Amino acid sequence: MRREYSHEGDHIEALKPVVTVSRYRGITRANHWVTALSLILLALSGLALFHPSLYFLSGLFGGGQVVRWLHPIIGVVLFLSFFLLFLQMWKLNLPRREDATWVARIGDVMAGHEEKLPELGKYNAGQKGVFWAMTVLILVLIVTGLMIWEQQVHLWRDYAPWAATIPARRIALLVHALSAVGIILVFILHVYAAFWTRGTLRAMTRGNVTGGWAFRHHRKWLREVARRQNTPPAE
Amino acid sequence: MTTERAPQPTTAAANPPVQPMASNLLPTDLVRISATANVPAPERQLTKVAKLIDVSKCIGCKACQTACIEWNDTHPAVEENVGVYENPHDLTPEMYTLMRFSEYENPGTGDLEWLIRKDGCMHCEDPGCLKACPAPGAIVQYSNGIVDFISANCIGCGYCVSGCPFDIPRIHQTAHVSKKCTLCSDRVAVGQGPACAKACPTQAITFGTKDDMIALANERIEDLQSRGYDNAGLYDPQGVGGTHVMYVLHHADKPGLYAGLPADPRISPVVESWKGTTKTVGLAAIGLAAAGAVLHGIFAKANKVSAEEEHEAEELVVKTASAPVPPSSVPPENRGGL
Repeated sequence: MRREYSHEGDHIEALKPVVTVSRYRGITRANHWVTALSLILLALSGLALFHPSLYFLSGLFGGGQVVRWLHPIIGVVLFLSFFLLFLQMWKLNLPRREDATWVARIGDVMAGHEEKLPELGKYNAGQKGVFWAMTVLILVLIVTGLMIWEQQVHLWRDYAPWAATIPARRIALLVHALSAVGIILVFILHVYAAFWTRGTLRAMTRGNVTGGWAFRHHRKWLREVARRQNTPPAE
Repeated sequence: MTTERAPQPTTAAANPPVQPMASNLLPTDLVRISATANVPAPERQLTKVAKLIDVSKCIGCKACQTACIEWNDTHPAVEENVGVYENPHDLTPEMYTLMRFSEYENPGTGDLEWLIRKDGCMHCEDPGCLKACPAPGAIVQYSNGIVDFISANCIGCGYCVSGCPFDIPRIHQTAHVSKKCTLCSDRVAVGQGPACAKACPTQAITFGTKDDMIALANERIEDLQSRGYDNAGLYDPQGVGGTHVMYVLHHADKPGLYAGLPADPRISPVVESWKGTTKTVGLAAIGLAAAGAVLHGIFAKANKVSAEEEHEAEELVVKTASAPVPPSSVPPENRGGL
């Protein structure tokens, strides 16, 4: 059977009392939370340097000097951590025909009329948007971040002198700040959507969702996972 | 406090008062403080000071560098001689001022001119370093025009390096603070001129009120023009609001001849938009998005799964599982991978 809409490990966990479908294995969840924690720490420490009114946030880390060296290190952790998530998720986040319909009917999405929307695979267009926005922004942030990492400037000077020039660093600072605002907005959207769509959070905590959740939001995914069940239903 | 406050210095040439005197550069004399929105209006306005560097009188002896090292107690590394006169090779966190030597073949006269410029902080009236700085109080500007780095508040991020239109600040790689010329603010505070001006044997470096220095520069320019330097002029770039370190140049029409002195320095528009629109609009966008998400989360109807949907899901799963699976529907190439 083709695996078009689901991940290899996705399976029906139980039928009773309600159907539960596994969505993320433990390692993926751990990977997600390392990324999430890094992003939160980066946002807090980055905002401290972004706006004077938020400089007090540097106190959470032990002061501005600590933020100066810690922020870029967490940035590298986030990059590597997200890269592992990317490897696991990129395929199911490729755009499909039904995504255009979903976007066109965003009003129905917001109103909760999902019966008017096409059946979807593991991710809807909104989730795919978050995924690709995160991917692009993280790439931009790591490159510009490395360019303005004062202690590493000598690396650029040796291997790519153009990136160590002051005009290049100015642009990197501006682009870094803009992308950081962008990623915080995407982050807010991501967290908001996870809360608003009830029953979603458990996918990243316990690792599974109810059948009804899958039926409502990701029916193609549910169908494919169900079709893969060749074991008889559990007692 | 019985000690009197020191007078504001008007020259570096005179000997300073010898009796102990209290600092006359006070926290209340600050007109700008980095990453601080509302600086209280100073109670008094200090006389604007300036250092005038007459490039035409400089003999390149580096006494100013030596005096700077001695006064500021810095320890520039001993470097290798690579066959140029600059020593050290560049401004460093331990070398706040540097004689830069340029050889210029004047196409008008055919002469080889040896242009020597003492490089260092220009003490801009509108300082780009201060604008870029994210650490409150790490960069300050006094009402007499001196721009000073306060190491205790500095976090060593290097934003000032990008903010400066003259490429002056240098980050100390072990102390992790930014360093540059202070215009000897600690000497000026007690009525003395900068160490470099004091040490200069030809008075190519002079110090005094900005008005006096402009008047002196005009005298020098007139003299230079009368002796064939038609383009002699004062370098006090208005793009940064004027500077408190000024040059008399024999070729004021071509400042770039002097080791790349910028012709029209200003705070880069990139830095302006980063520290202007991006900062305010960005923070507002984040704040609005966060507030909107919280409010919508509390008051709007959540997207809930119904019991009916749970039931339909169960039917779907049971029905699918009991349906016969055609054996040919699993191509082997699709079994591996993610």
